[in-house]
Amino acid sequence: MATKLKEVDVLLVGLGWTGGILAKELTAAGHQVVALERGGMRDTENDFSVPRIRDDLRFASRNDLMQNPAKDTLTIRNNPSQLALPMRRLGSFLPGEGVGGAGVHWNGVTWRWTDNELKVRSLYEERYGKNYIPADMTIQDWGVTYAELEPYYDKFEYTAGVSGKAGNLRGVIQKGGNPFEAARAREYPLPALESSYAAELFSTAASNAGYNPFPCPTANASHAYTNPDGSKFGACQYCGFCERFGCEANAKGSPHMTVIPIAMRNPNFELRTHAWVTRVLKDSTGKRVTGVTYTNVLNGEEFEQPAGLVVLCAYAINNVHLMLLSGIGKPYDPVAQTGVIGKNYCYQTGAGATLFFEGKYFNPFMGTGGLNARSDDFHSNWEFDRSKHGYVGGATLGAGMTNGRPIAYRPVPAGTPRWGKAWKDATAKWYNGAMNIGMSGSVMANRYNYYDLDPTYRNAFGQPLMRMTFDYKENEHKMGRHIAQVINDIAKSMNPTSMNPASARSGSWSVVPYQSTHNTGGTIMGTNPGNSAVNKYLQSWDCHNLFIMGANVFPHNSAYNPTGPVGALAYRAADTLKNVYLKQPGPLVSA
Amino acid sequence: MSKENFDRRDFLKSAVVGGAAAATASLPASAIAQSSTAAPAAGYAFLNPEEAAFVETLVDHMVPADEHTPKGTAIGINTFIDRALAGGWGKGDRLYMQGPWAPGTPEQGYQVPLVPADLYRQGIAATNRHCVKTYGKAFDQLTAVQREEELKNLDGGKVVFDGGLSSRAFFSIVYQTVMEGMFADPIYGGNKDKVSWKMLGFPGVIQVHRLNNVKFKNKKFPAEPLGIADVG
Repeated sequence: MATKLKEVDVLLVGLGWTGGILAKELTAAGHQVVALERGGMRDTENDFSVPRIRDDLRFASRNDLMQNPAKDTLTIRNNPSQLALPMRRLGSFLPGEGVGGAGVHWNGVTWRWTDNELKVRSLYEERYGKNYIPADMTIQDWGVTYAELEPYYDKFEYTAGVSGKAGNLRGVIQKGGNPFEAARAREYPLPALESSYAAELFSTAASNAGYNPFPCPTANASHAYTNPDGSKFGACQYCGFCERFGCEANAKGSPHMTVIPIAMRNPNFELRTHAWVTRVLKDSTGKRVTGVTYTNVLNGEEFEQPAGLVVLCAYAINNVHLMLLSGIGKPYDPVAQTGVIGKNYCYQTGAGATLFFEGKYFNPFMGTGGLNARSDDFHSNWEFDRSKHGYVGGATLGAGMTNGRPIAYRPVPAGTPRWGKAWKDATAKWYNGAMNIGMSGSVMANRYNYYDLDPTYRNAFGQPLMRMTFDYKENEHKMGRHIAQVINDIAKSMNPTSMNPASARSGSWSVVPYQSTHNTGGTIMGTNPGNSAVNKYLQSWDCHNLFIMGANVFPHNSAYNPTGPVGALAYRAADTLKNVYLKQPGPLVSA
Repeated sequence: MSKENFDRRDFLKSAVVGGAAAATASLPASAIAQSSTAAPAAGYAFLNPEEAAFVETLVDHMVPADEHTPKGTAIGINTFIDRALAGGWGKGDRLYMQGPWAPGTPEQGYQVPLVPADLYRQGIAATNRHCVKTYGKAFDQLTAVQREEELKNLDGGKVVFDGGLSSRAFFSIVYQTVMEGMFADPIYGGNKDKVSWKMLGFPGVIQVHRLNNVKFKNKKFPAEPLGIADVG
């Protein structure tokens, strides 16, 4: 029997970027906040100290900072006719766990998603006609606009210490920045990183081809920085241990060294680590949540924690899982096309060419999370005519250096033996003489890509695993074919000694190789309870005192990394809670 | 032969010449002459003598001595593998191991009801049985040409093990651990003296490249690598 605790004002489930932002903002406004985090405490001094953090095997191969699938995982399949089986080890994506969440071990890449995404259905219908969008492509407008989000994007960029170059300042296009970005009120808080040689070669070739490369905006501090809250950042050392690692220099904008310590200094805040939330509780009317149940994973003891307001701030996948386990909102049914919880799971797609140059030195180990040049010509560039290629969405392309860690990074020309003397020769020869041009592609929502509860498999708490049904559709294949060609044309113009060309993926999505931890959708935002789980303020349509943060609210996925809008939407939700909801609780948008 | 210089591989070879094959009960009876004189697995926490002979032969074949590095056993890849299998990873500490079990599609990934240590153990035994069936000898007794052929067939998924074990799953973990043993930090037993990092020009764990990224743009960086133990 769970021990019932005293009610708290605000309960946060998970303490990464979104939980940290809400904890800081709401405690500063005088609210009592408790955060339940399933993992442990982490701090830079101990957990990310050198040399222990520079352990490629432990952190990159064995995923030491990530969730442990032995306790809880997903079942996966490519389509509804298959038997879903457990993701028995991590592979395709790496959800984080512990204080700071995935915000500790992300690369830092921070984009502002534009109205191309936020108004995706209306814009495509307006330009290309209603019939251009395939019948099973369940994309929808988000219910929020770029203009509404701009101040919150700004706030997140300044909090996280994003380095970059503005491309559009209040409507005036800026040389050296991304000309296709939406207008921003001011520059990035920090200038762009010093570019890598690979990025420079790519930028020259892309410019010669008529494209518009620019330095990727990223929360790797190009200089020492103090953010508006007083959090201090060291300068990035280009150490090549960024994604999958914590930063010993506090140069990567992360919640554990910005918003979370500020909340923790506030007496209104209480953090309980090792507290695994198993269910969100509803009252008898089903219109309000009353709190959560959780298990202390150190001893197995169960608690009920009543709360006036519950905010889900866990990883995108876990927020959806918790909604399904709690029976809040109607689960999505792809056949009847009813229900919303689990709807519109999306991912991303990629392809790349590897270029080998005799006599050039790329020093791949001098890298950092967002150290690359990118082109947005086939993504946020709305002038780009998709109808020639027949797809919705787009891809960014680019080149740079994130790391040269040798367990995983050992480029060799195609056809090289996999072991033996010839393999060693090629590995030694090309390690420093290769670069990659890659793409990151959007994935549009599809009727048959979704989450529900698995009928068979259970987690360590005896609860059903969540089942992920996902595959790439023809839309993504068309885009992949187009962008692979663009990449190969740029690559050839660079006259490499040899190259492994980019090829569009044609097969099904596989859970095995790492691809991207940009899982989106499942509790999507929208304009009414019929098409979404939450409204534009991320408030549940079903229970007005439940809010849901995270990329799980995205109705589809773009080519951009998700953390920019995840942070912006959390700051906007914090403002709404402080200024409106907590003063007069109730639905913020009438259903 | 002094104890310090004792090379178990040499011992096993001489033992075979002397009529005492380095083999165990997992080989068919016809392939087993006498195992009572096999050396104890000096320094191994997990591998038994048959497994040690397999792993040592494997890593010396895949990573031969050349101008880049000494051979696999000389840089400790066998030690890395032994420790990995003896430790938490080998015991499946981050592996969801609840049934029911089904082979699944390749896209559904690892669906073998064995933790890495057991998969390694059963895979070595199955590979040796396959080698005996195909070549009349266990893997470590094959010629270099035969070993190469067997490994290529394993890598290409062309070997069917008796007993139903997935040869693909086995070789995938074999390849992974050989590469990890070669390139992981030396604290894990492989990459002795950071020779694999020297071969690449990878500078190791102390990397302050803020200025180097400018100074060494398109220039070779003079890497004298440091490992965790050199700094810690």
